[in-house]
Amino acid sequence: MNTITTLSSLQPILPEIVMAVGAMVLLMIGVIGGGKGTGVNLLSTLLLLAVAAFVYVFQPNQTQLFGGSFVVDEFARYLKLLALLSAAGTMLLSLDYLQTEHQQRFEYGPLVILSTLGMMVLISAADLIALYLGLELMSLALYVIAASNRNDVKSTEAGLKYFVLGALSSGMLLYGASLVYGFTGTISFAGIAKAAGAGGIGLIFGLVFLFVGFCFKISAVPFHMWTPDVYEGAPTPVTTFFASAVKAASIAMFVRATIVAFPAITHEWQQIVVFVSILSMALGSFAAIGQRNLKRLMAYSSIGHMGFALVGLAAGTAEGIQGVLIYMAIYIAMTLGAFAIILSMRRDGKLVESIADLSGLARTHPTQAFFFGALLFSLAGIPPLAGFFAKFYVFLAAIHAGLYILAVLGVLTSVVGAYYYLAIVKVMYFDDPRPAFAPMPYSVRLVLAIAGLINLLFFAYPAPLIGAATAAAKSLF
Amino acid sequence: MNWPILSVVTFLPLVGALFIMLVRGSDRVANGTARWVALWATLVTFAISLVMVWRFDPSIAEFQFVERHEWLGFASYHMGVDGISLPFVILTTALMPICILASWTAIQVRVKEYMIAFLVLETLMIGTFSALDLVLFYLFFEGGLIPMFLIIGIWGGPRRVYASFKFFLYTLAGSVLMLLAIMAMYWESGTTDIVVLLHHGFPVGLQKWAWVAFFASFAVKMPMWPVHTWLPDAHVEAPTAGSVILAAILLKMGGYGFLRFSLPMFPSASHDFAPFVFALSVVAIVYTSLVALMQEDMKKLIAYSSVAHMGFVTMGIFAATSQGVSGAVFQMISHGIVSGALFLCVGVIYDRLHTREIAAYGGLVNRMPLYAFVFMLFTMANVGLPGTSGFVGEFLTLIGTFRINTGVAFLATLGIILSACYALWLYRKVVFGALTKPSLMSIKDIGLREAVIFVPLVVLTILLGVAPKPVLDVSSASVAQLIDGYNHAIGTKTAALTAEQAAR
Repeated sequence: MNTITTLSSLQPILPEIVMAVGAMVLLMIGVIGGGKGTGVNLLSTLLLLAVAAFVYVFQPNQTQLFGGSFVVDEFARYLKLLALLSAAGTMLLSLDYLQTEHQQRFEYGPLVILSTLGMMVLISAADLIALYLGLELMSLALYVIAASNRNDVKSTEAGLKYFVLGALSSGMLLYGASLVYGFTGTISFAGIAKAAGAGGIGLIFGLVFLFVGFCFKISAVPFHMWTPDVYEGAPTPVTTFFASAVKAASIAMFVRATIVAFPAITHEWQQIVVFVSILSMALGSFAAIGQRNLKRLMAYSSIGHMGFALVGLAAGTAEGIQGVLIYMAIYIAMTLGAFAIILSMRRDGKLVESIADLSGLARTHPTQAFFFGALLFSLAGIPPLAGFFAKFYVFLAAIHAGLYILAVLGVLTSVVGAYYYLAIVKVMYFDDPRPAFAPMPYSVRLVLAIAGLINLLFFAYPAPLIGAATAAAKSLF
Repeated sequence: MNWPILSVVTFLPLVGALFIMLVRGSDRVANGTARWVALWATLVTFAISLVMVWRFDPSIAEFQFVERHEWLGFASYHMGVDGISLPFVILTTALMPICILASWTAIQVRVKEYMIAFLVLETLMIGTFSALDLVLFYLFFEGGLIPMFLIIGIWGGPRRVYASFKFFLYTLAGSVLMLLAIMAMYWESGTTDIVVLLHHGFPVGLQKWAWVAFFASFAVKMPMWPVHTWLPDAHVEAPTAGSVILAAILLKMGGYGFLRFSLPMFPSASHDFAPFVFALSVVAIVYTSLVALMQEDMKKLIAYSSVAHMGFVTMGIFAATSQGVSGAVFQMISHGIVSGALFLCVGVIYDRLHTREIAAYGGLVNRMPLYAFVFMLFTMANVGLPGTSGFVGEFLTLIGTFRINTGVAFLATLGIILSACYALWLYRKVVFGALTKPSLMSIKDIGLREAVIFVPLVVLTILLGVAPKPVLDVSSASVAQLIDGYNHAIGTKTAALTAEQAAR
């Protein structure tokens, strides 16, 4: 095996290199410039968009690097694009927020870039070490930005909580990885798949511990407890990041590790995924009903949505993975749009977060209310909005795989979930208006408009996304 | 000339809605523009749909005006109408301008949004009746919930929030199971194309489950006893035009669904479940008629009578005879006109007095003779008096059922007597008697706008009652094909069973 990697063979990871170098350069600009960091954060946004454009334009062949621990394929490209775009969306939402909340610091942008870099490594990881490296790079940056509002008790609490629980789950994952290594003698996913043929209780133990780590990152029940507190406490743009990019990368790791490394024990992990999926859907729907705070509600909503995405993984087929990928893309569009609305709820110079504050939005801000309404119906999965198609594809796969009970429970919980989304529509459209919010910043408007239009018009031209997801899913099998 | 007439009819209202969205200006001007744009959009849609009637060939049982484009990969944008769906499309396009006119003065707040909601709803309803792909059908079918939810919730009565949530969640819960059945059907047959599926012949086991799932959806929509409880609430709270659309068109989606999916795609399951449906229908007819007798709210009374009348429809459909099915189609069209008109009648006096309490009225005939006449005509049609459209539908469904199950037909006939009781009782309380209530002393008879609304409905009710042939002719070829297919499927099944027994 050629262990010396020549410079030209590094070309497939050019995006990652650009991100790493870019983050360091931006940090230095920040230090030398000494200013408040407005420029650095703007440049970070542009860097993320540029890398996203690069990933979109250049379609590498399926290649492996570093002795097979880093793969570049359609699956990786699709999810990297999602992660980069949601990171860019997060940055767009952050720009104005940092300014008005007087939290403008130059570290913010580079930290988001570093975290996104971690996600890209995670998405491409094809062995347990690379997976862990990517995961930790992503998480460490996240712990810091969750607590980035240093003067706010809630934010620091969120950061600390996320750090302690995150470290615990990382430990579990590492323990699982060591068990898997111990029972198969290899860390590469392909190798594990070969060695796992014999099965064995030890391997399943390892798998369970791995799953604990995965479930924590995607905040699936029963490892979801941190989600509402962290979502509520962290600064809202950071919460957006948690709900969008982090979820995309974590689902990517979940899917790739499970599908590539453990096809031999599909029956065993399928049971776990079905169980986790049902619990997440149910908890996401029922627990959200009582929420008054929009960010907490979005936390439960994201728990539920991860449950739906896992329905596709539970099917364990290419169709199922295609469903997961479509689900994640649409989920991210919906989430970014919803958080754009939450970030525009500024009254008397302060951000408000309770559902009641939206009262009568349809009369004070009709366009905002229209888009948010569409997003909420989409989150509930009502046709013809994009959210319906997201659910459609995962359940389609589940039915084909014969998971009827999962599918029936899933659609029924989606009806329960529809209730609390409708409750917000009710507040916006049926209730009497409250004083108007401050005008929306343009960067936030941009994000809302793009997210809203994707949701509204997806049904008219679904082919590109579905085609990309199909290609991405095929590359795993 | 080969333009996509069906798509034009379907999406023209949506274009109107987009146009209204762009209207700017002061409230008064914008409201006026929104009303006129909505009226013209619906009128032009109606005119184009009449062209469709003119070009429709009733001797062909197959789908006409078919359009097909690539869409989701496995599902395509496939539209078309046959003799069963065309009457519903026309009913929709015909009632929409009437609904817009009926809301002309009754709706004064957020007129733009109101008109947009109605136009979007029209697109979704026409789409439901003309979609020839299961996924596309589901899209239109469920999409209709959103505008209706807003219509009830924003412009409705005091308990509008409760009613709109109940409406939305009930229907959604019913429909999601249908979605799963659609997926199962796709994996079994490899397509979601309705035209192909109509001749597919599903295995009996799948038929049973799929039938139950589709039934869950359509029974709620219809609505059948015991899942009808959302309807009285929704009807009572909705604004007048909303009630009209609910009663006249949204309820018909359930019946249409039975005719388009349950009966032809799952014939064996339909045959097996027919007694169950008969039982529910009879309960609906008798029980809800009795409930209607006890109502103090006019809209609630008419809502319960709708449930009872839909009982005749389900009974006729699952009798699966050509009379039963044509009768069901006719009854749905007739009920669309008559119940819509009755809600409009309630709307007329509601606009004047802002109450729907039956007890608040009495002796209206003294000051509103024209109104009394119109109301009487529709009351009689609701009872099913010969000479009105209501008679033809009920009569045909009863004949059709009589051949299959005499007992059911007998019990259902009781419902006609009961319907006479509550309808005449309502009419006597509201219109006859002495004009004693002070609030009624200065009430005015129907004006020009209201007359314009009622004239076409009156004409149609009598015309269809005296000469029902046009509607029956349009649907006859398609109904005959449906029944043939059904009997064939049942025949082979029975033959197979007999053969099995003989072999033993």
